[in-house]
Amino acid sequence: MRIAIEDLEVVLSGRSVVSGVRLIAEDGEIAGLVGPNGSGKSTVLRTVYRYLRPHAGRVLVGGTDLRALPAAESARRVAALPQERGSDFELSVRAVVAMGRTPYKRAFAGDDAADAEIVAAALASVGLSGAGRRRFSALSGGERQRVLLARALAQDPKVLVLDEPTNHLDVRHQVELLSLLRAQRRTTLLSLHDLNAAASLCDRLHVLHEGAVVASGKPRDVLTPELLAEVFGVRAAVVEHPLTGDPLIAFDHRG
Amino acid sequence: MAAVADEARAAREPRPVPVAVALSVALLAALVASVCLGSSRVPPGDVWSAVVRGVTGEAPVPGTHDLIVWRLRVPRALLAAVVGAGLGLVGTAAQALVRNPLADPYLLGISSGASLGAVAAIVLGAGTGGLFGLGLPAAAFAGALASFALVWTLARRGGGFSPLRLVLAGVGIGQFLSGFTHYLVLQAGDDQQTRGVLFWLMGSLGGAEWSALAVPAAAVALGLAALLARARALDAMLMGDETAAGLGVDVPRLRREMFVVTSVLTGVLVSVSGAIGFVGLMVPHVCRLVVGGAHRRLLPVAALFGAVLLVVVDLVARTALPDQELPVGVVTALVGAPTLLYLLDRRLERD
Repeated sequence: MRIAIEDLEVVLSGRSVVSGVRLIAEDGEIAGLVGPNGSGKSTVLRTVYRYLRPHAGRVLVGGTDLRALPAAESARRVAALPQERGSDFELSVRAVVAMGRTPYKRAFAGDDAADAEIVAAALASVGLSGAGRRRFSALSGGERQRVLLARALAQDPKVLVLDEPTNHLDVRHQVELLSLLRAQRRTTLLSLHDLNAAASLCDRLHVLHEGAVVASGKPRDVLTPELLAEVFGVRAAVVEHPLTGDPLIAFDHRG
Repeated sequence: MAAVADEARAAREPRPVPVAVALSVALLAALVASVCLGSSRVPPGDVWSAVVRGVTGEAPVPGTHDLIVWRLRVPRALLAAVVGAGLGLVGTAAQALVRNPLADPYLLGISSGASLGAVAAIVLGAGTGGLFGLGLPAAAFAGALASFALVWTLARRGGGFSPLRLVLAGVGIGQFLSGFTHYLVLQAGDDQQTRGVLFWLMGSLGGAEWSALAVPAAAVALGLAALLARARALDAMLMGDETAAGLGVDVPRLRREMFVVTSVLTGVLVSVSGAIGFVGLMVPHVCRLVVGGAHRRLLPVAALFGAVLLVVVDLVARTALPDQELPVGVVTALVGAPTLLYLLDRRLERD
């Protein structure tokens, strides 16, 4: 389902953090938000999953303003994977994934057979079928992130929103997680630090700079040496990836 | 080693129903033991006939243990169970509220207010039935509400009720009120009064009588229902506020509700038993190890285990020394502190 953000402005502690943000992910597309630290990527995503309230503007999913829906209803359309990793409360992997059923459940309701099936399917789709009984906090960083993705999938959303999902993962686990995302074929909006990962994963990129979108389009069109110099303040060449043909950004680490 | 232990634990799917059944049996056994044992021993058969006469409203038979059993021991054992269950619940809730498995229900400053109210009633209103004509429990509860209002006002600034704000406000207000309490203790008229105050501060179930049972029992039942209704939202909050918001939970509202539930329940419990330490901290922790952290199963198990624990602890407090009763808080601290250290040690090793 298509997601569109229209003229979003967010004010935090009296300061406008992002303003005039317009961006989209078409149905089935993976759209990436890139930009330097503090450019407002997380803020934009937080308004999508309703952690923050927009000062102005709308978030439309399939044409419906999310704010017009009850919180549980909008959580059935948008599932989020924020940058939180949880603390040690002896939760099993299954319990964490079952949290994805929260927006479908009334007070006092337990998990029924259908929920159990959804949870099992979500775990299977991230390659962790046998892990339901393991303790979440005992998993490796890569496994944890996959469990959290499974939790988001158990929410059965129209749109997935992920904030830096590959943070703190080693390169193999980064590749693994991104290919899982690609395999979902679901409308996805995510922020990424790694521009090369963004260039290869995303159908569309939105570049944020100081709280505003400064460029949008196909990775190939957006990621130019000029933009990288202006927005990120780095010297880089953009070449063709010898294996995949995607744009490959070669940074000049000597400055 | 840690990995092996973890695998072993992982293989054991926590089953809450057998655990709850076992705890219920244990609770019944603990209650019976608690009524039988004490300064004078009562055979279980006599307990049974005394309870039957008590329940049917028959007059106590002179020369039997009827009075001890029905007037003293049964209400006391039941109060211990109710308070223990409540402390288990309130500990579980407080730990979810501030997202820290080592939090304590008293962290929110409520017990300090209750203690101040109780001590003020004993010291200033001795012999007149308490401060402003209130009984001791009412004075303690008024103190709990007052400190709740103070903590609420401080913690809500910025609209947030963030875990850190709650803890800071709770600890700050708690210390502030404890200062007054200590001053009042020094002003106590005589040794007898000082003893009474200290005994209350360390937690005691000595005031148990039938008429004092209804309010805490109702509060614990309502508290359990209120928490169970929010069990899924509480689970989500364990992962973080953003995750919970993404799952459709109204996090600020949930925090406000949880703060009210934990505060009122803590206030009721402290007003009937004083601030009994360690139970609220230890019970959820132990129960999580057995049935996992998901609240739908954790909350009832924590209530049951808290009840069993406090009935046993009170029995020990009454019978450990030949001619003297120990404050319950002394026993929970002596048992609880080493348990806590063990749990912490295990936890640090695991991480």
